[in-house]
Amino acid sequence: MKIVVCIKQVPDTTEIKIDPVAGTLIRTGVPSIMNPDDKGGLEFALQLKDNYNAQVTVITMGPPQADAVLREAFAMGVDRAILLTDRVFAGADTLATSNALAAALKNIDYDIIITGRQAIDGDTAQVGPQIAEHLGLPQISYVTDLKFDGEKNFTVKKETEDGYQLLSVDAPCLFTVLASANKARYMSVAGIIDAFDKEVEVWSADTFPVDKSKLGLNGSPTRVKKSFTKGTKAAGQMYEVDSEQAVEIIINKLKEKFII
Amino acid sequence: MDFSINKKEELFLQMIRSFAENEVKPLAAEIDDQECFPIETVEKMKKIGLFGIPIPKEYGGQGGTNQMYSMAVEELSRVCATTGVIVSAHTSLGMSPILENGTEEQKQYYLPKMASGEWLGAFGLTEPNAGTDAAMQQTTAVLDGDEWVLNGNKIFITNAGYAHVYVVFAMTDKSLGTKGISAFIVEKDTPGFTFGKKELKMGIRGSATRELIFENCRIPKANLLGKEGKGFAIAMKTLDGGRIGIASQALGIAQGALDETIKYTKERKQFGRALAAFQNTQFQIANLETRVQAARLLVRSASYKKDSGLPYSADAAMCKLFAAETAMEVTTKAVQFHGGYGYTREYPVERMMRDAKITEIYEGTSEVQRMVIAGKLFK
Repeated sequence: MKIVVCIKQVPDTTEIKIDPVAGTLIRTGVPSIMNPDDKGGLEFALQLKDNYNAQVTVITMGPPQADAVLREAFAMGVDRAILLTDRVFAGADTLATSNALAAALKNIDYDIIITGRQAIDGDTAQVGPQIAEHLGLPQISYVTDLKFDGEKNFTVKKETEDGYQLLSVDAPCLFTVLASANKARYMSVAGIIDAFDKEVEVWSADTFPVDKSKLGLNGSPTRVKKSFTKGTKAAGQMYEVDSEQAVEIIINKLKEKFII
Repeated sequence: MDFSINKKEELFLQMIRSFAENEVKPLAAEIDDQECFPIETVEKMKKIGLFGIPIPKEYGGQGGTNQMYSMAVEELSRVCATTGVIVSAHTSLGMSPILENGTEEQKQYYLPKMASGEWLGAFGLTEPNAGTDAAMQQTTAVLDGDEWVLNGNKIFITNAGYAHVYVVFAMTDKSLGTKGISAFIVEKDTPGFTFGKKELKMGIRGSATRELIFENCRIPKANLLGKEGKGFAIAMKTLDGGRIGIASQALGIAQGALDETIKYTKERKQFGRALAAFQNTQFQIANLETRVQAARLLVRSASYKKDSGLPYSADAAMCKLFAAETAMEVTTKAVQFHGGYGYTREYPVERMMRDAKITEIYEGTSEVQRMVIAGKLFK
């Protein structure tokens, strides 16, 4: 069983602010982390490695410093790491990103591909499904649980807005996973010590066959019109009352607003 | 000497901080309150390899540096000093003397199980009448055929009861004074080896501190650690290393108390503004931060020397002396900044102040550290 997990280095958005004038993210001084949904996906892959001896490869597209998330992945236990880095990839929207990743993935052996549901810096949830489309793979998004039959079938729990679906799928396929699906393991001390002795394979746009017009800014049809910080809502009202009074207050408020 | 953090250490700190924050901190108040040894945390620490950081891979360790080990004890102690000392006593006092003095057979037999955390380690030197004056050992070991027979008591032993491997010191020839002391490896459950009552302590209350009792305890002849008569030297050298561990613990406690104080003084308002807005607060905290950073550099320097194979005995004494006194000062001031709340168990600083005190006492009191430092100067 061969698994490729697509991961992304993102700014820790719990600590990020938006420049009110320029409307862009202020990234200075903000720590970079492995995208939480991707980490959830990586944990599933590593569990399949623990239980079924799967071979796990991680791939990321980003600037050279994205090497850090690949070292972290090594320290968690992956076997192989690939960094797609090239100026040609820069400025990519989700389509150009998925074009690059899908083209690279065609050069890697896999039974399944796992991505995070979405990255916390863009929140689009588009790249995983787009990769599946480019590669013609069945996909299940919003995955919160995976059961493998040991051969090629997966029983997958997919979260929906009002519940969940249990789906059955055969490899090859692609999953997009939620961070809440599991508790990702810590890096091990030995893993950290070895992580820097391992080789991160660095791939440019010339390493594998790809249509360069579909990459980076040139391959990105998305144009950002405006970025802005949402205005803050007025402070709520706090009541410290028992539950019966609380119900009465809520009912009255809902009636006031003509909701009921 | 360059103590900037390299990439490996950066990744290590990222992991250990996240582990301390998410797995260790939530239990700190409870294990202190209940005086219970954090077995679940020990299990979690085993999984990520925190029990064999500076032990070479050939002996089942992680193959890391003493610097990384020191960072681990610091970061664990920043949120829970009990957890920090469990790792420190195991690594510096339990495993190091075996790594540094053991025969190849002893190292192959004990270290892999210790480095994985399956067997915790402990160290038995202190006796009722042999504290700072460690040469006054009363415990005896007599060779009888193929076995050593141990008799005597060791007190205040960290990890006692939970540890499997005990490095124990005993007189093999009383007429020779310190040159008649030898070191032994004793395993738990050896007949004649029992534990006394658990000590009720002021701080580090989750750590197990008990008496070791030897009554005609027979151990194989092969369990002599190092040469006969070299026990005192082994003990002193082991304590040099242990002091870096305790200095790291003290540093962690100081940093933890400082973190809490900065957070609190930003939130707490008196006379219409946050405590942090008062210059008295800012100046005092600036002083504390400076002391903590100075302590950290002493700890890093001593670890660097140990990693580099340079003499570090006085450096270990200095970092332990300074870090322990820093921990006491920072935690005492942290309680003062918290006022009445700081004196209650609603805030962690009172626990940190109780925990800090032991760092001025164990593995050599501050007075012993001054003796070691002065001893180097007045040789």
